[in-house]
Amino acid sequence: MAIEKLSGSEALMRSLKEEGVELVFGYPGGASLHIYDALFNQEDVEHILVRHEQGAVHAADGYARACGKPGVVFVTSGPGATNAITGLATAYMDSIPVIVISGQVKAHLIGTDSFQETDMIGVSRPIVKHSFLAQRAEDIPEIVKKAFHIATTGRPGPVVIDIPKNVSDPSYTFNFIYPEEVDIRSYKPVKEGHSGQIRKAAKLILKSEKPVIYSGGGVIQDEASEELTKLAKMLNFPVTNTLMGLGAYPGTDKQFLGMLGMHGTYQANMVMHECDLIVAIGARFDDRITNEPNKFSLNSKKIHIDIDPASLSKIIDVDVPVVGSAKTCLNQLIKELERRATDYDSSKLDPWWKQIEAWRDSHGLNHSMLDTPPKNGKILPQQVIQSLYKESKGKAYVTSDVGQHQMFAAQYYHFDNPRQWINSGGLGTMGFGLPAAMGVQLAFPDADVACVTGEGSIQMCIQELSTCLQYGLPIKIINLNNSALGMVKQWQDMQYGGRHSQSTYGESLPDFVKLSESYGHVGIKVEDFSDLEAAMKECLSLKDKLVFLDVVVDEKEHVYPMLEAGMEMSAMWLDKDKKTWE
Amino acid sequence: MKRIIALLMENQSGALSRVVGLFSQRGYNIESLIVAPTDDPSLSRLTMTTEGDEKVVEQITKQLNKLIDVVKVVDLSEEEFVGRELLLVKLRATDDAKKKIKELGGEIVFESEELINTLFVGSSEEVDIFLSTLSKDEILEIARSGLSGVSSNEKLLTI
Repeated sequence: MAIEKLSGSEALMRSLKEEGVELVFGYPGGASLHIYDALFNQEDVEHILVRHEQGAVHAADGYARACGKPGVVFVTSGPGATNAITGLATAYMDSIPVIVISGQVKAHLIGTDSFQETDMIGVSRPIVKHSFLAQRAEDIPEIVKKAFHIATTGRPGPVVIDIPKNVSDPSYTFNFIYPEEVDIRSYKPVKEGHSGQIRKAAKLILKSEKPVIYSGGGVIQDEASEELTKLAKMLNFPVTNTLMGLGAYPGTDKQFLGMLGMHGTYQANMVMHECDLIVAIGARFDDRITNEPNKFSLNSKKIHIDIDPASLSKIIDVDVPVVGSAKTCLNQLIKELERRATDYDSSKLDPWWKQIEAWRDSHGLNHSMLDTPPKNGKILPQQVIQSLYKESKGKAYVTSDVGQHQMFAAQYYHFDNPRQWINSGGLGTMGFGLPAAMGVQLAFPDADVACVTGEGSIQMCIQELSTCLQYGLPIKIINLNNSALGMVKQWQDMQYGGRHSQSTYGESLPDFVKLSESYGHVGIKVEDFSDLEAAMKECLSLKDKLVFLDVVVDEKEHVYPMLEAGMEMSAMWLDKDKKTWE
Repeated sequence: MKRIIALLMENQSGALSRVVGLFSQRGYNIESLIVAPTDDPSLSRLTMTTEGDEKVVEQITKQLNKLIDVVKVVDLSEEEFVGRELLLVKLRATDDAKKKIKELGGEIVFESEELINTLFVGSSEEVDIFLSTLSKDEILEIARSGLSGVSSNEKLLTI
């Protein structure tokens, strides 16, 4: 093969092609003009022009979460780079492979406070898995190769490549060779779990009489849902998923307990508190799960499988830590269990299951709220999610923003498949939902993609409605409009004597129907419960249109259950008056 | 409890800021830090003194290991090790000062009619004693390197 001479910009585009990149999200500017010119001159990589760089990173992130391939972003220097920061932090907290390629001022201007100069490497340092400053055009192929390797392996995460304008300059060319392999001496992620630890885990599993599998986003990232399901089925163990892990285990399966944690189901939290064994897989015992760590599940043994050694015994001390990838370790564990447990009898779990079903029956979520029209006609937010679930037949990709609507969606839409539920779990980024939905829709053009949001969150990245028009993205925006920052207001109701400090907007909300129409989309407003079903049906039937379904919901509704701070996981508010303790 | 962590990292721009940044991001303390290239010029060796219980130090080493630029990390204070600091003190050239330096095992590396620069190498405790024995009025300026160390067993911090 003849060696070609390419410029830094051309080498970048070619390297992205070599990595199989088909789609880039971005926004051009001075320092990235050379790169955009090279983009213009090729046909392998398509570019989606967003309306704000935050939207670009969220879209790339949503794309990555939906299809498993890394999301790629182009931004310019200075404000372009800093606008990408929230997106990077979001991807970092949820371990999503996103690669942000930022233009930088010319190398000789770095450090001189030149126009649109920001130290992107410095600013992004705490919220990236790694970053590269390209100092020579010749370095670009190897940097891209390493960046994709780092972003997608081990515990995935975002990587920044900062390219000074002189490095992307078309006037300098070099012999382009794309490295076939990558070898980073200090970075060798382990996939396989230690066999001794796997054996210990198997022993504990076979001994347990009150077990639970607690799995998180790691299972989804590592495509290990099948193995997780197999493990749970062969043992008849109950399964709970974190907010990030929903869909890893079929949401409609009878062994599924629902989400756990802050707004987890009663049965999931009770099981975590009362069990004798926790099998944690690809989850990290974060503070929204454990409540008070010193009071967390005191009578259980704990097995923790995670790709990141730093996640093990970080918050909760575990009995059997296993470093390794979810998929590999689950396969090892299944094999070990099959070898040992020829006579395993899951009927010893019957009393435990009886207890679990009693918890589920007493205070489990009511998934049939559509059958009970509210007396005042006001739509409950839970009913909107149930209606969406019903009319989309449980098949939609659902993205969300952050707040009450997010929790209602997580609680009431049963996700049967991994990557079907896409939300900002770790950072809790309002404004994530719509651009993430763009990424999902671009990954799966024919799928139903719903963005469950609130009138607060949607306004944080609402400019992307314009992007949706440009690229014909028929997203269904389900706006749970309670005229308030609902989750803030809920906390103010519960802990601040109902003083609603800055959580409402007076009469300043836009007419979302007109707003959507002005962007060339369809807007539908629903205020009465009796109109909900028809509106949801219409919304989902408009296959080639973006529909903004603005649903006015009961503004007094709170999200329950809710853990009481400083206590064990069994201490929950079940409604405004009922609590499980005292 | 004081812990001495030593690591090898890529000798390239940005590596040090990632290590130091990690400490502030995660709320760990750095009491002292010393860094220089090794005999292999592609690597730098960094030694730091930090404070924390076992759990904290375990987290620190794990988080350090996660940094892509960090090649290897050890907690020297887990086992026997030799740790030394280098101290330079500038002080008024008095007979009393010169006598004390000599008694304490310091070396005079520069001398004029007014000033003395003295060099002392020892463990952190020995450096403390050296400093506290000199009179405060005599000392004009000090420069302490921070602790550097190697383990006293067969385990090597090399690649």
